[in-house]
Amino acid sequence: MRTDRLVLGAFLALLLMVPAILSPYYVTLLNYIGLYAMVALGLVLLTGVGGLTSFGQAAFVGLGAYTTAALTTATDLPAWLAWVGASPWLTLVAGLLITAAVAVLLGSLTLKLSGHFLPLGTIAWGISLYFLFGTMQSLGGHTGITGIPPIELFGWTLDGGGEIFYLIWAFLLLGMLTTHNLLDSREGRAIRALKGGRVMAEAMGVDTGRARMIIFVIAALLACASGWLYAHMQRFVNPTPFGVHIGIEYLFMAVVGGAGYVWGAIVGAGVITVLKQWLQDWLPSLLGASGNFEMIVFGILMVLVLHRAREGLWPILKKLVPMRTIHKTIDAQAEPLPRRTLPAPGTLILEAKDVTRRFGGLVANNNMSLEVKAGEILALIGPNGAGKSTMFNQISGVDTPTSGEVLFLGKPVAGRDSREIARMGMSRTFQHVKLLPTMSVLENVAIGAHLRSHKGVLSSAWRLDRAEEARILKEAAHQIERVGLKDHMFDEAGSLALGQQRILEIARALCADPCLLLLDEPAAGLRYKEKQALAELLKRLRSEGMATLIVEHDMDFVMNLVDRVVVMEFGQKIAEGLPEEVQQNPAVLEAYLGGVE
Amino acid sequence: MDMSIALILGQDGITNGAIYALLALALVLVFAVTRVIFIQQGEFVAYGALTLAMMQSGATPATVWLLVAMGGLVTAFDGLKALKAGQMQRAGMVAGWNLAYPLALVAVLSALPVNELPLVLQVVLTLAIVVPMGPMMYRLMYQPIASAPVLILLIVSVALHIAMVGLGLLFFGAEGHRTPAFSELSFDLGPLMVTGQTIWVLVVSVLLIVALYQFFERTLYGKALRATAINRVGAQLMGISPALAGKLTFFLAAFIGALSGVLIAPITTIYYDTGFLIGLKGFVAAIIGGLASYPIAALGAIAVGLLEAFASFWASAYKEVIVFTLIIPVLLWRSLTSHHVEEEE
Repeated sequence: MRTDRLVLGAFLALLLMVPAILSPYYVTLLNYIGLYAMVALGLVLLTGVGGLTSFGQAAFVGLGAYTTAALTTATDLPAWLAWVGASPWLTLVAGLLITAAVAVLLGSLTLKLSGHFLPLGTIAWGISLYFLFGTMQSLGGHTGITGIPPIELFGWTLDGGGEIFYLIWAFLLLGMLTTHNLLDSREGRAIRALKGGRVMAEAMGVDTGRARMIIFVIAALLACASGWLYAHMQRFVNPTPFGVHIGIEYLFMAVVGGAGYVWGAIVGAGVITVLKQWLQDWLPSLLGASGNFEMIVFGILMVLVLHRAREGLWPILKKLVPMRTIHKTIDAQAEPLPRRTLPAPGTLILEAKDVTRRFGGLVANNNMSLEVKAGEILALIGPNGAGKSTMFNQISGVDTPTSGEVLFLGKPVAGRDSREIARMGMSRTFQHVKLLPTMSVLENVAIGAHLRSHKGVLSSAWRLDRAEEARILKEAAHQIERVGLKDHMFDEAGSLALGQQRILEIARALCADPCLLLLDEPAAGLRYKEKQALAELLKRLRSEGMATLIVEHDMDFVMNLVDRVVVMEFGQKIAEGLPEEVQQNPAVLEAYLGGVE
Repeated sequence: MDMSIALILGQDGITNGAIYALLALALVLVFAVTRVIFIQQGEFVAYGALTLAMMQSGATPATVWLLVAMGGLVTAFDGLKALKAGQMQRAGMVAGWNLAYPLALVAVLSALPVNELPLVLQVVLTLAIVVPMGPMMYRLMYQPIASAPVLILLIVSVALHIAMVGLGLLFFGAEGHRTPAFSELSFDLGPLMVTGQTIWVLVVSVLLIVALYQFFERTLYGKALRATAINRVGAQLMGISPALAGKLTFFLAAFIGALSGVLIAPITTIYYDTGFLIGLKGFVAAIIGGLASYPIAALGAIAVGLLEAFASFWASAYKEVIVFTLIIPVLLWRSLTSHHVEEEE
């Protein structure tokens, strides 16, 4: 039996016994911790994993609570709506639908903006919703709504703290399980790439805007469910628990517990809730006045956590339980992912015509033209600052040319999203390595297969994606072996040497099964033997019909490998031809050596 | 609504808008230089107003003890470090500004009959207490994590806001305060009665904006801050200390905040937690300017002030809802005009 399973089992067994062995005071306390942890869990997904911050989660809790409160207590509902109020389970569905709609609306307004607009936006609408709850007479104004019925489950009425305890913790554990499953999947890798890897993820075909929306909506739904449980536990609601300051408290819980960890939600909710109880008893008598003085302690505590232990408490607690790291298993029997049929060798794959890119007064690319055919390696060389990487970005859709045309497989792609271009069969690496340092090499490479697989959020959350996941991992493992990183498959990507990280990027690009490979300085930082192995790999790909465009400074490497060379200087093409021709070209010698005497 | 009501509302709106404009300028400045989203700006407003009110009631303002505590911590960190490094002069400077100065202030406050002093001196003393908290706060809370992502800095700001509201309750109690007007002057301008306080707010706001403009255009320190805002690393390589830039920015922001509080205290009743909503309205304006443009932020602030004034006439219960919902079309417009996927800092 593994230690972590034992600890988990003991935790669940203890939970089952709680109402029998603890006094009602502690059961109630645990009920609150469960409710808060559900909201914090949403923030773990949103903030800790996805890098988006919301101070407005309390408003979503309020939406869930007020929806059920209003519908289950109203007596004068129109007939088409009245049936919803008949059972809290129907109002849960109604609340989730309303919350999802509001979240999609708010998300589409703020999620496209850079990171700090979202939290500011959430503060603003958190306040708006709070004042709205307080001023709408139909929602009872500041006095709120009373007489909310208890939840019934298979004829069992959950009208006491001990009964609803099981429902709250069942909801929470279900939420934790689905979140955990989701993060360990195709969609989960896309979500984990949001923090610090958006450009890379887009180049691999991930719609990062959609991924942001998904976690925003999931976090809102978790908050809404917490609000629904809260309303039926309290049996009355008023606006106070849904204000923006409570929203801030939820974020504190996630950060203190460990915003990057599913279990951090429970730890954070537990610590903050118990501390709050304790401080509310002690501080007023200590300070000789009444008020929310625990906020002073929370604020300072929060700053200390962010200064000293930014990962929160969970990683510290986790060290107390010795755990084996479990590697993913690669299923050799899994069916291979479908492959695209590569164009016949000699087919024109990529054609750039008169591409010009200006940054203000600087012309980084001036009338650049080049073409790449299937089964050919074209090198783009030139001194530093010649505009090679800019050209790469124009071709791969990271940037848009000021003028000119880029045709990929005969279709214009200039100005398209990089993920559309990726879908057409172009895959790239980056000059400045872009990978997710805390994820394993295997998972980093698996992101490359994003577009070759289809399972969505729901199948991931409920583990209906395992067959496809096995196929993805098998493909990723295959590409890792192919580039020679087999020994590092389960290492953290950030622990590799820079040269190996570049090779990892090639494996990731290959995992997308492209017909055109763009490699930005792949040999930089490699040792001699590694360079030879890389050259062999690229030659093999060429013989399979792959078109490759490569930017590289290592002339030995380039001249012995490629079929043709394009030389750039100051944003312009100064020469083009076979490697031997280019080496003799006076303009090239001038650019590289500063003139021939 | 007739013309005279519209004029009165307009006057209210512009007066409040001028204050929001000052706050918005400070918010844009702080964000540009330090990447800190200065949520606790509103608390400096409340601390300014309530410190003045407490002084006028004859009590020693409790904020001065916070200043002593913060100064003590700064001395403990920086002074000891300088001592260990053998930099006696530096240690002396640190102790002088962070330890001796607050204590001297305590001595002055307890020696003088503060409630009988002329208003000008009371205002000066208020600023002398509240403003140094800005740079001290930067030193203690932000400097150790100055290179952290924007979101971490934002969470620190929110945490400090929460702590400052709690302290505000402890210092000033739950009751609101309103200070007497700077001048009892008032005159009729057509159908409109213009009060002296309105004139004060507008004149001080305009003077402050002009002074800030001169500071940023003409002085070396102002240019250093602008350089830091444009390119942090580049400015550092040119010898501009990011710590100094941060402290200076927080000094300016705290000054603007506290002064705004002193100006607005005779117009609105200020509670320990009023600052948050005032500061947030500055934020709505700053966001209208994209947290980058000073003139658009200032215009946005006037718009927020006017919207608030007219909303309070037509639908007073929904006043706050309307003002904060304004942010949504603004964000919509911003999101429609931004296209490319960016890497978060």
